Amino acid sequence: MQNILTYMTFIPLAGAAMILMLPNNAKLVRWFSAIVTVPPLLMAVWLFNNFDRTTAKFQFVEDYHWIPAYNISYTMGVDGLSISMVLLTALLSFICIFASFGIEKAVKGYFALFLMLDAGMMGVFCALDFFLFYVFWEVMLLPMYFLIGIWGGPRREYAAIKFFLYTLFGSVLMLLAILALYFTVEPHTFDMRVMMAHASKYSTAVLPMWPFNSWGWSFQHVIWLALFIGFAIKIPAFPFHTWLPDAHVEAPTAISVILAGVLLKMGTYGILRTNFPMLPVATADMAYWFLGALGAWNIIYGALCAMAQKDLKKLVAYSSVSHMGYVMLGMASFTTQGLNGAVLQMFNHGTITGMMFLLVGVVYDRAHHRDIEGFGGLAAIMPVYTGITALAFFASMGLPGLSGFISEILVLLGTWQKYPVLTILGASGVILTAGYLLWTIQRVYLGPPNEKYLNMAEINGREIFTLVPLGIIVIIVGIYPGVVLDMLRTTLDSINAIVIPHLHG
Amino acid sequence: MDVNLVPLLPAVQVLVTALVVTLRDLFIKDGESRGVLAFYSLVGLGLAAAEVFFLLGGRQEGAFNDSYMLDRFALFFALIFILAAALTILSAIDYVRQTGMREGEFYALILFATVGMIVMAAANDLMVFFLGLETMSIAVYVLTGMWRSNGRSSEAAMKYFLMGAFATGFLLYGIALIYGATGSTNLAQISAYLLDQPSEWPVYLIGGGFLLLIGFAFKVGAVPFHFWVPDVYEGAPTPVTGFMSVAVKAAAFAAWARILLYKLSPLDNDWVFPLWIIAIATMTLGNLLAITQHSIKRMLAYSSIAHAGYLLIPIVVGVEWGGLPLLFYLLAYSFMTLGAFAVLTSMTEGDESKDGYSDFAGLGFKRPFLALAMALFMLSLAGFPPLAGFTGKFYVFRSAVLSGHLNLAIIGVLNSLLSVIFYLRVIVAMYMEEGGAAGKSFRQAPFVYIAVAIALLGTIYLGILPADALDWSRRAFGSLE
Repeated sequence: MQNILTYMTFIPLAGAAMILMLPNNAKLVRWFSAIVTVPPLLMAVWLFNNFDRTTAKFQFVEDYHWIPAYNISYTMGVDGLSISMVLLTALLSFICIFASFGIEKAVKGYFALFLMLDAGMMGVFCALDFFLFYVFWEVMLLPMYFLIGIWGGPRREYAAIKFFLYTLFGSVLMLLAILALYFTVEPHTFDMRVMMAHASKYSTAVLPMWPFNSWGWSFQHVIWLALFIGFAIKIPAFPFHTWLPDAHVEAPTAISVILAGVLLKMGTYGILRTNFPMLPVATADMAYWFLGALGAWNIIYGALCAMAQKDLKKLVAYSSVSHMGYVMLGMASFTTQGLNGAVLQMFNHGTITGMMFLLVGVVYDRAHHRDIEGFGGLAAIMPVYTGITALAFFASMGLPGLSGFISEILVLLGTWQKYPVLTILGASGVILTAGYLLWTIQRVYLGPPNEKYLNMAEINGREIFTLVPLGIIVIIVGIYPGVVLDMLRTTLDSINAIVIPHLHG
Repeated sequence: MDVNLVPLLPAVQVLVTALVVTLRDLFIKDGESRGVLAFYSLVGLGLAAAEVFFLLGGRQEGAFNDSYMLDRFALFFALIFILAAALTILSAIDYVRQTGMREGEFYALILFATVGMIVMAAANDLMVFFLGLETMSIAVYVLTGMWRSNGRSSEAAMKYFLMGAFATGFLLYGIALIYGATGSTNLAQISAYLLDQPSEWPVYLIGGGFLLLIGFAFKVGAVPFHFWVPDVYEGAPTPVTGFMSVAVKAAAFAAWARILLYKLSPLDNDWVFPLWIIAIATMTLGNLLAITQHSIKRMLAYSSIAHAGYLLIPIVVGVEWGGLPLLFYLLAYSFMTLGAFAVLTSMTEGDESKDGYSDFAGLGFKRPFLALAMALFMLSLAGFPPLAGFTGKFYVFRSAVLSGHLNLAIIGVLNSLLSVIFYLRVIVAMYMEEGGAAGKSFRQAPFVYIAVAIALLGTIYLGILPADALDWSRRAFGSLE
């Protein structure tokens, strides 16, 4: 299939434009958006079937001139790293359209922006030209800002602006780094594949700029840091994480799912896509502190914060901070298990946390609050709902047989070979996670039923429809992780092989 | 003497249109519709644009002993001026009627100013440049004070006139000093003198160069010569403010590019450092002060100061790398700024300009098209891809990096981050707040909508497919000789 990635990216965008022309009928707009997200999903399934798992090369590559005078081209392609993210994006976009059916305010605007967001996310994961990557990165930021700022909760303006400024600060640093990378390659190009091939050139380049030249910092370390901060804000790594709880709490349910399920992955994806292969020497130097130690700190800090929350959604938000720490920790290990575990964790976190946010949305829609202490005994009132919640929570905890277990154990196995101390810290995060999740189950679902909510309606068909596909994936990946891991392995090994020669000791 | 009149064609076309409008106005009785005048003006501008395109195909020619050069550079700028004049007239049609200004004079003055600008961009002689400058300036002084029943407008006109006269003094004195040193006002001869006798320049030649620099800095509103900008921009009728912040600024930059950046480039070493400081101060101060404003019109005035700062980067960068980004950025800036002012114009209700943030509250749901356009203009001004402002800034910063001014690029990027704060506030007001003014519907003010649509198309086109415009900019600057 020619240009399949372009279709996946631009069908939602075309859908967004068409929604603006539809009559102002909420039902029509909802179903139209749902239909628009079906072709990308089918194409994602097709990609999954036709993806060559034996090569680390980019596949389904499209290459067109865009601004030829400056060597800016429209280049799309996927490898093992991006394909898992493309699948996740297509699936979550489809599901979240259904999760958004409850939106009543300015329906046309909401779904048009949502589809724009979908296009931007898909583009980020498919772009192989750094300029194009940046454009998609920013294109995605705007709809997200509006979706939080217009359809969010009471403090939506504050949350939206905070999210926007944090991310923008990161992307500005990223833009500077991109320019620096661009100018160091001869002839100047934004093609990521060429930039990766020039990795040795970057490691010897010098940065002719005060004050870095007087501090004796080399080009690659400064650029590595600039890119890293840009991506770390998205992950979000401590201390850049403070936008996340605010954005999550204020965002509507479906947007929280996208935020946690896809946007956070862009940070770690970006680091693996650019920092690792383009600046391998700097990666080897910086990984321990900036990925490993920071990742371990993220795990523990996020878990401790989650434990202290009174708001159910904020708890899930902080658990995201904690779980993304495993991704960083695994990336820092430079072992096959660690790296595969990290990317698998990206995929799993997308599905598990997506479920958790959807589940929080279910109860919020009924009770109109998310106060953990304000419920109690929901298991007796809503048994089906409680069952699905238990599945999601146990997967998040890393219960064997569910997907979270596989990725966490792989990360810890991989890290143990290199950094035993960090591994012990990371593993203690598993205990903390079990602590806050079990405690939450106990407070919200067990015990005597709360008088106020005796008549609360059981989870309905539409909500089950959004949760079941994710639940099935959680179980399948938990039992047979090869479904995802087979796609990743070759690519990740080749990325790993670029960095390993530069490791010390 | 054999005079080649072909190069004068676009300027004369606009001039004749202005005269026709003035004369036709005399034959329309009070109380009758004067819509035909706007129509004449637009047709005249359209013809002038067609002539520009026709001349673009031919070889470049000079007139009056090469003191007037209609090269690609001049034609490029002529297009920007014609575009700015046309969009200003389109967005002013309803506004002028509503505020009770004299329609005939308004359109004619816009056209006269355009003539002056075209002459400025084509001037290859300091005296011709001065002629163009004064033609433009005097017309714009009057335009600023056109809203006679409004005290702010009169005050702005007075301020602008005094400051403008001051700047004119600097420019004229600079021209005199340069003439004294080189014995000519013709740029070709001055440039030849500079190349023939390197380093034996009298002190007052460099002094003359600096006086020119100060004069230009006044005209573009660069720090520390920016004090007049906010008051004048706020007081002037809104379409005129848009015209001033785009066309007048572009004209000043055109002359700056031709005279200082190109012809007097041997003097570069003397003013690179002061200009470097001016550029940084202009960007930073403009953005910082824009954050504190309560009126969007005043915010846009400060933002136009900041954009003058970005535009100074290519000038600091120098003749080798700076030409293309300067021209392209001016083109991009024209579309987005004219669009923003057109939206602002449409907000006017009776005698009130309704330009506060609170007036824009909830516009996103009352006038979806205007609000969407305004949001895109704001994002473009802030430098978001894939809009014109991003592409423009990208090439400006690229040129800074290429020429070794990495610090300038970084400060510029940080500044555009700063600018997001106040551009975003407009969007927040439009989409996340409620109340505020109603704005006009398409039926009430169709021409404003057309102007906004044109500006929007330009902003998006230059953002997504900049290749052609970049090529024009490159060839335009390359045609200077």
